[in-house]
Amino acid sequence: MSDIFEIAIVGSGPGGISAAARAAELKVSHVLLEAAPHLSNTIYRYQKGKHVMAEPEALPLRSPLTFSAGSRESILEAWDEGVAKLGVNIRHGAEITAIKKLDDHFELSIGRKDKVLARNIVLGVGLQGNIRKLGVPGDDAPFVQYTLDDPDEYEGETIIVVGAGDAAIENAVALAKQNQVVVVNRRDEFARAKEGNLRNISKAIEDGVIECYFGTAPERVDKLSVGRKPGRLILNTPKGRAQVLCDRIIGRLGANPPRAFVEACGVVFPNADPSAVPAISAKYESNVPGLYIVGALGGYPLIKQAMNQGYEVVEYILGRSVEPADEPLLRAKFQSMAGFTSVSAALEKVQTAVPLLATITPLQLREFMIDSGIRTPKAGEVLFKRNDYTNSFYCIVEGQVEVLVDEAAGKRVALGPGEFFGEMSLISGRRRSATVFAGANCVLIETPRRSMTKLINSVDAVKKLVDRTFVERAIRARFGDEATAAQIKEVVSGATLQRFKAGETLFREGDEGDCLHLVRVGSLTISRTIGGRDIVLSYVPAGNYVGEMAVIGGSKRSATAKAAVATETIRVERDAFRKLMNQNPLLRAKLAQEVKQRTAENITMQAAASGGDIISFLVGQGLGEATDVLLIDESLCVRCDNCEKACAETHGGTSRLDREAGPTFANVHVPTSCRHCEHPHCMKDCPADAIHRAPNGEVYIADNCIGCGNCERNCPYGVIHMSAKPKKKPGLLQWLLLGAGPGPGESPYDPDSHEKKAVKCDMCKDIKGGASCVRACPTGAAIRISPEQLPEYAFARGP
Amino acid sequence: MHDSILDYRGFRYLWVALILSIGSIVAYLWHDPIGVPNGGSWLGYTLGTIGALLILWLLWFGVRKRRYSGATGSVRGWLSAHVYLGTTLILIAFLHAGFQVGWNIHTLALVLMLLVIFSGFFGVYAYLRYPAMMTRNRADSTRDAMLAEIRELDGQTLQLADKVDKSIHDAILSSIQHSQLGGGVWAQLTRRDDSAIALAKLKEAVLKSNGESKQSKSGQTMVMMVDFLANQANDTQSENLRRLIDLVSRKRALATRVARDIQLQALMEIWLYIHIPLSLGLLGALTAHVLSVFFYW
Repeated sequence: MSDIFEIAIVGSGPGGISAAARAAELKVSHVLLEAAPHLSNTIYRYQKGKHVMAEPEALPLRSPLTFSAGSRESILEAWDEGVAKLGVNIRHGAEITAIKKLDDHFELSIGRKDKVLARNIVLGVGLQGNIRKLGVPGDDAPFVQYTLDDPDEYEGETIIVVGAGDAAIENAVALAKQNQVVVVNRRDEFARAKEGNLRNISKAIEDGVIECYFGTAPERVDKLSVGRKPGRLILNTPKGRAQVLCDRIIGRLGANPPRAFVEACGVVFPNADPSAVPAISAKYESNVPGLYIVGALGGYPLIKQAMNQGYEVVEYILGRSVEPADEPLLRAKFQSMAGFTSVSAALEKVQTAVPLLATITPLQLREFMIDSGIRTPKAGEVLFKRNDYTNSFYCIVEGQVEVLVDEAAGKRVALGPGEFFGEMSLISGRRRSATVFAGANCVLIETPRRSMTKLINSVDAVKKLVDRTFVERAIRARFGDEATAAQIKEVVSGATLQRFKAGETLFREGDEGDCLHLVRVGSLTISRTIGGRDIVLSYVPAGNYVGEMAVIGGSKRSATAKAAVATETIRVERDAFRKLMNQNPLLRAKLAQEVKQRTAENITMQAAASGGDIISFLVGQGLGEATDVLLIDESLCVRCDNCEKACAETHGGTSRLDREAGPTFANVHVPTSCRHCEHPHCMKDCPADAIHRAPNGEVYIADNCIGCGNCERNCPYGVIHMSAKPKKKPGLLQWLLLGAGPGPGESPYDPDSHEKKAVKCDMCKDIKGGASCVRACPTGAAIRISPEQLPEYAFARGP
Repeated sequence: MHDSILDYRGFRYLWVALILSIGSIVAYLWHDPIGVPNGGSWLGYTLGTIGALLILWLLWFGVRKRRYSGATGSVRGWLSAHVYLGTTLILIAFLHAGFQVGWNIHTLALVLMLLVIFSGFFGVYAYLRYPAMMTRNRADSTRDAMLAEIRELDGQTLQLADKVDKSIHDAILSSIQHSQLGGGVWAQLTRRDDSAIALAKLKEAVLKSNGESKQSKSGQTMVMMVDFLANQANDTQSENLRRLIDLVSRKRALATRVARDIQLQALMEIWLYIHIPLSLGLLGALTAHVLSVFFYW
């Protein structure tokens, strides 16, 4: 093909089709390149009938195509129709393998031979990546597939599953119920699989239910015209060539994450963090001129955002200026700011006032501001209280705030324009360390955790500044009461951040004590080896320090410190710290007192060694990152399941806890229920930003959940479920006396409802009197504790 | 941290119950009725009213327990009070009646009340004793997991038996088909499990395939199997048989544990099937008692 398209759009996701539709509408020469034989592969692969939501509701849609909340089918159908009506030029089966920049245009390679030329490229390939194919002749035969929606669809077939990952194993095991399954594994074992899957496949192979070729690679797929089977797969086994006749071949070889491809196009990522997104301009242009990025790849995971960007990017390419769709939202936000003229002026004002935001791109700033709120509190108003669990982040644009650093003495420290606060709770995931009051005429930007975390992860300069401030403030808060600013500065300048994986050792008993660690994220366990056995003595949550004993005493470490979960500490060097102590006799005396108390506590714990075993058991169950956890004393639990029933009854019919599941140690049972983690895994990847932490620490899911299931997959404790709303029930006395409706704790789902949302424990934050599970327990077996109470709890249960 | 229903909030309701009891006894001793102490005196009416109200309140526990968003105290506090005040009811009822009994509706109410309270005592005993036993018996597994493992073992046993001998396969199959855990109330409480039958059948089948019609010297299945193994010439055969014995004994151990689990659960629940219907009966008898007293006034 020799003619050059004006715009080539790669990927037909919401961003891509919206861009193509806009180009078609404007009669601009374009081509939409899609690897799959249908549009929007990611949405296409949603389960049948899935309800797709249209968050954020306030954002208007701007696209020639329609989109509103509804079933997967209705949305895809509307897009198919729209695309056909507008005459979009689509090429299906066009997998882009390389993009090369020539003089004034790009050359896009399709597959192995074909090429397309275009002056501008809109990259909307999403984050799912391209599915890896078998890579052998015949791998596009009609009986070769790379997805499996419903294993029960097939019966009595001979099916070859190629691959050794979790998806391959899950498919193979599920298919083996009704079919004859052969698994082809290139390696000699299933090394990448989860433990549960590994057990399943090993057992199936051992039982002869599944046949597996290890160390075997596919060589060729042949279509057959005679015989009962439509095809055969030629294999290259360690013992030589083999052939398997089959009805179907399913390749589950994973996907190539798009980053490598995008980087190969010349686009630069800010750092190696897997969540990093490439920097793009306000017009969605990447560092490669003419190459534009829209949608999830650029950091915008919601359908509506991507569709708006698709529309806007075409306008920008054509050199037109268009008011971004979020302009009215920003205008409404800035309106409360005194002297507001225009959005762009306000944005500029923010950027000049706050050095932290000076280095970010205009697009990042816009998004940051959309997620944030402008606050103009009255003088003296409390912004947050000490010990609250909120974790938003504040930048001061105008005026000042006062931080109450010492409650007893009423000592306050003022922060002025350009400074920020709230980073302690944001980073440590723990309670607020101080109360903050607003000063006169102050204008603040309050940013939710997710947006701030995203910014920190994608802009190195922001990360550095936030980290440096954190270290300085943390050291001052811990040791700085009696020291001068210059003395503190010396300690801070030598301090470094250190990361530890779960289970990694910070220092061992008997090591030279060369530093102390201030825990900033995560938690530690302290243990000693007594009689050849590790005995846990205590548990150290974030915000505390360890290693001071050896630093003060100048001797060797008296115990071993290990990270209970992924942990970050501020490492303070011994010499700098000793100097600080020598300059401040008061600090020295205070620390000596603390050391004395800790030693006493450790000795008590050592005497009740089984208490230490309970700590290590509970830390092993994720308490190291918990803020509040449900524990059941099995010597009191009469298995009446009233806790589950209470949970279901107070939460729309679905219990968020599974009493019986979960391990038990010394009669302490940790049921499957939310631990309200310091850094909730569920929050990590929520496209709608629906998961929040309430001031009392409850992690809850708001109503704008779009039901994508990411949190369910991300939770390592399996406490989140996708659930539809049940039908309404008659009252309790009607059931008790007349047997009407389902009983307490029983609530069959409405089978017609496809609108599933994620549900999890919210610690009954909206119910007076506290957690229902605990209040409904008739025998006192169920209690909730926070990790701070852990040593006390363990000690009380030790003999 | 964790405390049981008895020591809830430093035995709060024990003290309430004691004060109520002592107050009633003092009043009873101090009171000098016309004739013998009975329900018709002012103290009799007072104690009767207290008793009747207590019964109604004790019955309301069944509703409170299921009112999950109810904010009046915790269910544990209610249960603690339920136990102590329910016990006090014995004393109050007898003082109310002046220790008079007879063949009438009044004494029927008293008898029903006592049955309810004593079944409740068993409940307290069960709640304090069985949970820990249950945990120990489960040994870190769950009932579902144990049942799943039993099913799994059944499958493996069958496959293996098939390789050994047809008669053994048949024996195992029929024992699996006939094995049953739990069942009716009696079966649950007596901890019936039929896993021993599998071993017995296996023994029979082995004897048959071995051509021995007489009982072997030892009555013990295991020992007999070992004898049988020793006589086997075929190595794979005896290896398979050895594995078969392992599987069957493993299943037997599991089945025993599940049966014990079911038994403990049944013990924790069975008393409720007496406690609750009788308490409803008591409500009827109490109504009749109160109505008749007023009717004959």
